[in-house]
Amino acid sequence: MKTTNRRSFLKASTAIGVAVTGLTPAEAHAGPRNILAPGRMGVLVDTTVCIGCRNCEWACKTAHGLETPPLETYEDKTPFDRMRRPDDTALTVVNRYPNAGNPELPYSVKVQCMHCDHPACVSACIVGAISKEENGAVIWDTDKCIGCRYCMVACPFQIPAFEYHKALNPRIMKCDFCAERRKAGQLPACVETCPVEALTYGPREELVRVARERVRRLPDRYVSHVFGEFEVGGTDWLYLAGTDFANLQFPKLAERPAPGVSESIQHGIFAYFVPPVSLYALLGAMMWTARHRGDDDEEK
Amino acid sequence: MDHFMRPVPMAKKFITPGVIVLLVLAVNGLVFLAGRFLFGIGSVTHLNNQYPWGIWIGVDVAAGVALAAGGFTTAALGHVMHREEYHAVVRPALLTAMLGYTMVAVAVSIDIGRYYYIWHPLIMWNGSSALFEVGICVMIYMTVLYIEFLPVVTERFMGRVALPGALARLNAPIEWLLGLMDRTLSRTMFLFIIAGVVLSTLHQSSLGTLMVIAGPKMHPLWQTPILPLLFLLSAVSVGFPMVIFESLLAARSFGLKPEMRILGKLGGMMPAILGVYLAFKIGDMFVRETFVYLMHVNTASVLFMTEIILGVVIPLRMFLSPHVLKSPPLLFTAATLVVGGVLMNRVDNFVVAYTPPYSFGSYFPSIGEISVTVGFISILVLLYRAAVIIFPVISLPDRTLSPKSKYSVRG
Repeated sequence: MKTTNRRSFLKASTAIGVAVTGLTPAEAHAGPRNILAPGRMGVLVDTTVCIGCRNCEWACKTAHGLETPPLETYEDKTPFDRMRRPDDTALTVVNRYPNAGNPELPYSVKVQCMHCDHPACVSACIVGAISKEENGAVIWDTDKCIGCRYCMVACPFQIPAFEYHKALNPRIMKCDFCAERRKAGQLPACVETCPVEALTYGPREELVRVARERVRRLPDRYVSHVFGEFEVGGTDWLYLAGTDFANLQFPKLAERPAPGVSESIQHGIFAYFVPPVSLYALLGAMMWTARHRGDDDEEK
Repeated sequence: MDHFMRPVPMAKKFITPGVIVLLVLAVNGLVFLAGRFLFGIGSVTHLNNQYPWGIWIGVDVAAGVALAAGGFTTAALGHVMHREEYHAVVRPALLTAMLGYTMVAVAVSIDIGRYYYIWHPLIMWNGSSALFEVGICVMIYMTVLYIEFLPVVTERFMGRVALPGALARLNAPIEWLLGLMDRTLSRTMFLFIIAGVVLSTLHQSSLGTLMVIAGPKMHPLWQTPILPLLFLLSAVSVGFPMVIFESLLAARSFGLKPEMRILGKLGGMMPAILGVYLAFKIGDMFVRETFVYLMHVNTASVLFMTEIILGVVIPLRMFLSPHVLKSPPLLFTAATLVVGGVLMNRVDNFVVAYTPPYSFGSYFPSIGEISVTVGFISILVLLYRAAVIIFPVISLPDRTLSPKSKYSVRG
C-alpha cells in the first residue's frame, strides 16, 4: 500500500466512479410495474347492505382453486363468533360487528386486499415481485418472490399471508382482484356472486362519486366517510358504513401514501449515487492525506 | 511506544470444555434447522401472518449486522485515518465482521421462504425498496470483507506451501499465485477498504429505513423518520465496544495479557460517540413528543428506558472515568453494556415495537427459533476460535522488532 501514489489512486477512484455512475440509468428504471391508470377499476363495499351470507368467501375460494366445503355449509354462522383475517386458505373473509342502533341487524364486513393506489408492498418488495396493474389490481408474481415477507411488514392493512407450512415454494397469498377473470371479461368472483349487490364494481372515480351520493342522500344510514377515498393515498376498494370505521376494526390511517417517507429516504440516500460516491471520494482524500502526513512524520 | 505488535496464529488446542458446550448448542440448533427445511418455517417458529418477522431477523440479521460494525469502524480508524497504533485490533475486528456477515447471510437464507432464490435481488431490482439496498450492500460488503481477509491467508501460507506426495508438483504454481495475489492486493487494498466503509455506512443506515415503511404498525417510541441515522450512529457506537468485548474475551480464553493500552484508548473515544447517538435519540424523542409514552409502565416503555439507560447512559459515564479505562473488568462491563444495548435496540425495533393491527396474541420466539439463533452464535464463536488458531489474527508483542523498523500490517 505504501507504493500508492496520487496518480494511481486518482485513476482507480475515477474508474470506480465511472463504473458506478454507469449503473445509474438502469437503477433509475429498476423496479416493478407501478401504474396509476386514470380508468383503474375498484369495488365499493356497502357494509350496510351486506347480509353476511359469506357466498363471496366460497366464490373466491372456488375461483382461486382453494379447497372449500360446499356452498350450503356457509350458512353456518358460527365463524362470526370470532374475528377472522384473510390467510393462505381464504383470500377474503366476512366478519360481523354489533349494531348499537339495531341489535337485530349486525354489520357484516368483507375483508380482502384494498388494492392501494400507492401500495406499500409494491414499494417494499425486494425483487419487485408485487406490481400495481393498469386495471387497479395489486398482484404477486411467483417467479420472482423469495419469500422474505417484507410485504407483510409493510402492508398497513396486514393483508398478505404466507404459507408457513410449506417447505418448498411457499406462496404469498392475497386477493388478486381476480386479475385473470377480469382479463377474460368476467367480473371478480365475489362481486358476481353477491346476492344483495353489496359489492359494486366499476371505475374508481365513478365509485367515489356513487359513494358520496349515497352518503348525501341517506345521511342517517351512513357515517360521512368513504373509507379508502383518501386513506394511505387512496385505495381502489372503498367502504361505506353505518358506524364509525373504528368500530368495524378498520385501522386509522393517515392520507399520506404508505411508502411515502421510506421512499424519500431511500431515494435521498441514493440520489443518482451522488451521496455514496461523494463519501467514497471524501474518505479517499482523507486516507491519502493521513498517509501522506504519516510519511512526513517518519522522515523527520 | 514500548513494543511492537505482530499478529501470530494462537498456539492453543481447539477443544476445551467450553468448546464442547458450544458444539452441543450448535448441533441442537442444526436439528431444529432441519425441521424448518423439512416442514416449513411455520413448524419451528412462532411466526404468523400478523408477525412475519421474529428473532431470526431481529437478532441474527439486524443485530448481527450491527455487532459486526467493528469491522468498518476500526478500518476507518486504522486505515482511512491511518492511525497505526490501532492496527493490532483491525484484524480481529475484520475476522468478526467477516464471520458475522457470513452468519447474517446464512440467517437470511433460512428465514426467507424460498432460500434457493436468494440470488434473485442480483438481477431483479427494486430501487425503492430499502430491503433491496440492504441485500445488495450486504452481498457486496461480504465479498469486500473476504478480499480484505485474503492478505492474512497469503501471509499464513506464503513460502510455506508444501503439499505431500504427488501434489508436491503444485507447490511452485501455488506459491507463484499467492505471491501474485499478495502483490496485487497490497497495491489495491485501499480501494476495498474505502469501499467497505462506504458500503457499511449505506446498509447500516438502510437497515433502519426497513421499518419506516411499517408506519403506524410500529410503536411511536421507535418509529421515526430518522431511524436510518439512529441505526448508523448506534452501529458506529457499538463498533469499538465490540472490539473491546472480544479482545478481552479472547485474552482470557487464550491466557494473554489484555492489550489495555489500545483498548483503553478506544474506550476513551466512546463518550463522544455515544454522546452523539444519545443526543439524537433524546432529541428525536422531544421533537416528536413521544416521551408521553414513557408515562405508562408497560413493556415498550420499560424496554425503551432500559435500552437508553443501561445501554447508553451508564456506559457513557463509565467510559468517562480514567479508572474504568485502565481496569479490564470495568472496561469489559462498559463495553458489554453497549453491546447489549444495541442488541436490545435492534430487537426492540424489529420485534418489540412491531404491533400489527389485528394481532391475536403477541409474538414470543419458539424454542426452535431460540435454538437456531443460539446455534448460529455458537458456530460463529467456534469458527472464530478456529480462525485465530490457524491464521495470524491476534497480535502479540514482538520484541525482535526495534521501534525504528518499519512494517505495515495488511488487512
